[in-house]
Amino acid sequence: MTDSRKVTTVLFVGVGGQGIILAGDILSEIVMRAGYDVKKSEVHGMAQRGGCVSSHVRYGSKVYSPLPGKGDVDILVSFERMETLRYLDYLNEKSAVVVNDETIFPPSVNLGEEPYPDAVMEILRRYFPAVKALKATEMARVAGDRRMANTVMLGALSSLSSIDEGLWKEVLKEALPKKLVEKNLKAFDMGRKA
Amino acid sequence: MNKLMSGNEAIARGAYEHGVTFAAAYPGTPSTEITQEFSRYEGVYAEWAPNEKIALEAAIGAAFAGGDAMAVMKHVGVNVAADPLFTVSYTGTNGGLVVVVADDPSMHSSQNEQDSRNYARFAKIPMLEPADSDEARRYIRLAFELSRRFDTPVFLRSTTRLSHSKSVVTLDEPREQRKATGAVKNAAKFVMVPAMARGRRVVVEKRMRDIGKFAETFSGNKVEINNPSMGIITAGMAYNYAKEAFPEASFLKLGMVNPLPETMIRGFTDRVDTLYVIEELDPVIEDQVRAMGIEVIGKEIFPYTNEFDPGVLVEAVTGKSPIKIRPELPALPNRPPNLCPGCPHRGLFYVFGKLNVFAAGDIGCYTLAFQRPLQGLDSCICMGASVGMAHGMSKAQEDGKNNVVGVIGDSTFIHSGITSLLNMVYNRSNSVVVICDNRTTAMTGMQDHPGTGVTLQGRETKALDFERLARSMGVDNVRVVNPLDLKETREAIKDELAAEGPSLVIARAPCALLKSKDGESMSPLMVERERCTGCRACISIGCPAISWRRFEQLDEPIPEKKTKKQEGIAVIDPAECNGCTVCSQLCKVNAIVEVRDND
Repeated sequence: MTDSRKVTTVLFVGVGGQGIILAGDILSEIVMRAGYDVKKSEVHGMAQRGGCVSSHVRYGSKVYSPLPGKGDVDILVSFERMETLRYLDYLNEKSAVVVNDETIFPPSVNLGEEPYPDAVMEILRRYFPAVKALKATEMARVAGDRRMANTVMLGALSSLSSIDEGLWKEVLKEALPKKLVEKNLKAFDMGRKA
Repeated sequence: MNKLMSGNEAIARGAYEHGVTFAAAYPGTPSTEITQEFSRYEGVYAEWAPNEKIALEAAIGAAFAGGDAMAVMKHVGVNVAADPLFTVSYTGTNGGLVVVVADDPSMHSSQNEQDSRNYARFAKIPMLEPADSDEARRYIRLAFELSRRFDTPVFLRSTTRLSHSKSVVTLDEPREQRKATGAVKNAAKFVMVPAMARGRRVVVEKRMRDIGKFAETFSGNKVEINNPSMGIITAGMAYNYAKEAFPEASFLKLGMVNPLPETMIRGFTDRVDTLYVIEELDPVIEDQVRAMGIEVIGKEIFPYTNEFDPGVLVEAVTGKSPIKIRPELPALPNRPPNLCPGCPHRGLFYVFGKLNVFAAGDIGCYTLAFQRPLQGLDSCICMGASVGMAHGMSKAQEDGKNNVVGVIGDSTFIHSGITSLLNMVYNRSNSVVVICDNRTTAMTGMQDHPGTGVTLQGRETKALDFERLARSMGVDNVRVVNPLDLKETREAIKDELAAEGPSLVIARAPCALLKSKDGESMSPLMVERERCTGCRACISIGCPAISWRRFEQLDEPIPEKKTKKQEGIAVIDPAECNGCTVCSQLCKVNAIVEVRDND
């Protein structure tokens, strides 16, 4: 295996409405400008809210497949605690995991039919060397708007990346409406330092 | 210039670069954005048609008039458009005609997994299949060239993974747009009565043979000889998966999947030891390669169903699972997609669930109402099926007691429900049809349709009046209800179930997303913690804005228990709630109230 081995895969997962697709779009633009070939792909539910959502960003000198195989994800960025566990087949012993330690209950939990699984963080820490957990939604709220949790998560992801911090911020600035830029840069910094 | 583009954006861009000026489509995931993106380019005409058949007929007309036209649809849309499709293959096109079809392996947003390549063979129409966004941009242009050169409609096939993944595209300058030169009379070519069709039938066979010869030198069919021990014939997105899984292998990548270049395939076969065909869904290429008498490994190891990825292919060939870590996990509750907070469908389907009617359903966001806790929808076959099925069910149930409704969205009703409603009148049906009229094509991302009074390119137009349409067809019982009002909706449905003759109930309230776009959301609701008894009545509508929290999960101060058995309370997320009030109508203790400013 030559080129394809050097492909880096970031998998964003969470619940519809959390800004996962946008986070994937922003990372794709960043890595393209950093000089990589990139493919970005997403799976979103039929309706607009509540279902599982995932977005893959793969970059390297040459990327063929927009989808990784199982075991091939380098960094899992999960926007909801339990959702992290749905994608462990895609990870390997060296994968890094970034988790928004926040819960969104699915309908069956609200109805009292099933428990929300506990010990999620313990499972993650047992199997993966680098687990970064942060309260991204709460941090976003402090930064001015809880909908910026995706920006906080991008900040946290950026701290694992060798790509220049300035480039992350440059793309963020361009991707956002002007009046939201300042708050989002604050949210990004909070995530990066977390 | 390099740009990150989805496959859909790239198809639109390529058509624009080629000077195409006409596109017609009905929205359908994953194809919708192609027409939407195309409509925004300078100097083009693009429209939403009521359905795919009408879109294709309009595109055929534009091509007959000498223009370059495309009809765009999802895979099941081709079923609707199949009637004109099979015969325009006979007439040829005069101008350029491309049918863009987006398949959905894994059924991310579809009711079946049909493989459109079968249509290309069946209707004897050439088909191109790009593997990434830049190829999509180039192949739509090649498809138009092929159409004019061979006087044939041409398919461009995408899949969800191509349509909805982004990769780097190199943009070209657009060339001059080609205006339609005008229709030319030619009965022998365009009037497909039997005598003429027999003549054209022969032309079709010759044309496919000619295109087969052309395929041998077609620039999209490429041989890459690396290690000769493993040879792979593949096409489209599967090429990428195979290339990553087996980077050392030799490849024959087919850019044209119908017809196949037989000489090229034989030549490639001679240069490799073991030959594989890697294709998602049906063994379309494999069966033809076998029919050439060539030994090949295919569907005996690669799956028929679902999308591939590199790991799936490695596992199929080596037998080794790509999974590296297998932690012991607790049971994970499912997280199915849900209707949005404030969705007007929620009230209507709550009522259906409670009345325990059989709701013959249709294709739209509301199909999700089959799930717990609503359980208000009982079948889903295809666009428009609800109305015809409700009629058939009520006719077949001779006991005279009518407990069936057909329920269909506004856009879907226009797509293929109107003639079925007419059928109910004509055949003296006793059934009830409910149109969930949320004033948009919601599921595909809120496209306009003939009922909204606005065209794809934003021009005002006449809006279809459902009430007048139904009355003019002879439906005497027509009424409009607000589906967010549970009592009104329940009574209307009960009345109409008891009424003689066909009934139409229009459950009208705008899509919650349309409302938030227009800034019309009502103020959010909240639960008064001291009043809530934790009875879960509000949870029974499955609204994503409402969750149920145990006392120990709540912030201080913890409210007092109202009953001995109470374990928690409902909580409404004010950022999600848009104040539709369906939950508050169910609360027996009036604990759900508008958020006060000081909260």
